[in-house]
Amino acid sequence: MEATNIIYKKKRNKSISMSRLIVSLIIGLVLTGFVVITIYPILNTLALSFNDGLDALRGGIHLWPRKWTLANYRTVLHKESIMTGFYISVLRTVVATVVQLSLTALISFIISRKRFLFAKQISVLYVMTMYVSGGLIPGFLLNKMLGMTNSFWVYIIPGLVSAFNMLVIRTYMNGLPDSLEESAQIDGAGYFKIFVKIYVPLCKPVFATIALFIAVGQWNSWFDTMLYNRMNVNLTVLQYELMKLLSSVSQLSGDANQSAQSASSTAVQVTTTSVRSAATILTCLPIIALYPFLQRYFVTGLTIGGVKE
Amino acid sequence: MTGVKRIKAERVKNVKVKITWKEMVKQKELILLSVPFVVYILLFGYAPLIGWVMAFQKYKPALGFFHSKFIGLDSFKFLFVDNPDFIRVIRNTLAMGVINLVLGTVFAIGFALILNEVVHKTPKKIVQTVSYLPHFLSMIVVCGILKDALSIDGGIVNEILVKVNILSEPINFFTYKSLFWPIVGFANVWKETGWNSIIYLAAITAINPDLYEAASIDGAGRLRKMWNITLPGIKPTIFILLLISVGGVLNAGFEIQYLLGNGLVQSVSQTIDIYVLKFGISQNNYSIGTAAGIFRSMVSIILIFLANSAARAADEERLF
Repeated sequence: MEATNIIYKKKRNKSISMSRLIVSLIIGLVLTGFVVITIYPILNTLALSFNDGLDALRGGIHLWPRKWTLANYRTVLHKESIMTGFYISVLRTVVATVVQLSLTALISFIISRKRFLFAKQISVLYVMTMYVSGGLIPGFLLNKMLGMTNSFWVYIIPGLVSAFNMLVIRTYMNGLPDSLEESAQIDGAGYFKIFVKIYVPLCKPVFATIALFIAVGQWNSWFDTMLYNRMNVNLTVLQYELMKLLSSVSQLSGDANQSAQSASSTAVQVTTTSVRSAATILTCLPIIALYPFLQRYFVTGLTIGGVKE
Repeated sequence: MTGVKRIKAERVKNVKVKITWKEMVKQKELILLSVPFVVYILLFGYAPLIGWVMAFQKYKPALGFFHSKFIGLDSFKFLFVDNPDFIRVIRNTLAMGVINLVLGTVFAIGFALILNEVVHKTPKKIVQTVSYLPHFLSMIVVCGILKDALSIDGGIVNEILVKVNILSEPINFFTYKSLFWPIVGFANVWKETGWNSIIYLAAITAINPDLYEAASIDGAGRLRKMWNITLPGIKPTIFILLLISVGGVLNAGFEIQYLLGNGLVQSVSQTIDIYVLKFGISQNNYSIGTAAGIFRSMVSIILIFLANSAARAADEERLF
């Protein structure tokens, strides 16, 4: 009696584990497909960037270059505009991250003070800008009027405090106990001191997240360069230079004549497409290199902040 | 949960402070610190709104707001009546906005649901890490990668399609009007699916695990539980995110269309933002550009309110 029972149970377990296995297999396949589709194009561009440009036109290059060359990178790195762009991109990323983070943190601190008389009004003033904006042209004219064309500051000033980042930091600060502020006040500390000495150290996780957002946004932006600093070669950014490479071949991609022409003129085996691949890789290199170390910050920061979008 | 809410409510009640002179003096440090921020947002957030008068004037930079000739609604008439381009531009913007919204939502939810079924921590972590990466790449980089993948000279997509005999020879994807919207939709899915799924995954973790246990005892399989517990559990999140995005449907297009568009597909690639850029900045016709921008803002606001009242009527989660 007992023995048959056990056998029956075993059989049943087997059929359940069979269907479980199939479901797991399907899930595994779907997710593997997802990862492949995400990663493959990046690796493919990487392989193309190390491959001889004319040779690449024959196709068949997947994850590994067929005819190795560094000529593409050499061509990119010898362009003066790209080097300037790299320098300005790094500079704007560093300056904007420091300045914008400090200011956003300070205003978040101010509006998260529960006793502050105008906390609500100031928050509404900022949050409204997320929904209502003058639009491209009025904003453009304002910045022009303020003398920010042909100027580095157009990268920093217009986005000094973002309402969204402010909300994330405010939510985090609201979660800290009020007694921190009260006890510091009893000890005679002013608000600014409380901010610097108590809140800044406690908010490190959310600051890391916001700093990451600001830095990535800065590194990736190019529209402001096109709009305000197009005429000034000394203020160009890396993404804008890549954009120019991209659009210069947009109507000619696949035009072997043009590619061959550019190859013969530089006397090396590079084409506009292969140079573009190299520039693409160089542009996203900093992000991909830092990404594994930083990625834990944004996820934890977001879940603590409790907002996204 | 209710306990937490009550404590919060009490705390808020406690700190209700009246605006009095004494209180202002006490808070002078906070007030002084906040003054620059108020000035800043008034200047950069609200002053541009004054520029909207340009849409109703024949604006000449040399004359300024006060001396430019007032022309009423002529700019709007130019856009909607005299000029068939703009209607097409609205159609493109709306179509790509809706495609992005639908595909983006469906893929993000699907991805979150599947990822949620992965029990082992390490593979789950790896897939998540990989899936967030494209979000951090710039649209320019994404378009560069896309151009390599879709390239006519040895791009992987052409290669596969030729191999499975869907195509007889490689084609240049960027010259076909009918393919432009799908390419834009795919690029957005590729870039944002992982990132958009974060919030759904967070919503799934908030679902009470007892529900799953009870369903298992009743003999529900994985699919059943997904359909009857997980999806209803994240429904409020889905609604809120849809509501937020509906207002942005017309904002959903500048970078990628600007970067991938070319003369051949212009009739399907041009969006309102590109149109504004073309008229406003390149041709210095600020009035037309501003009018188009105002139209976009108005539609966004109307859409948000419509979606919100639809949600109210359906008794669902809403924004305000």
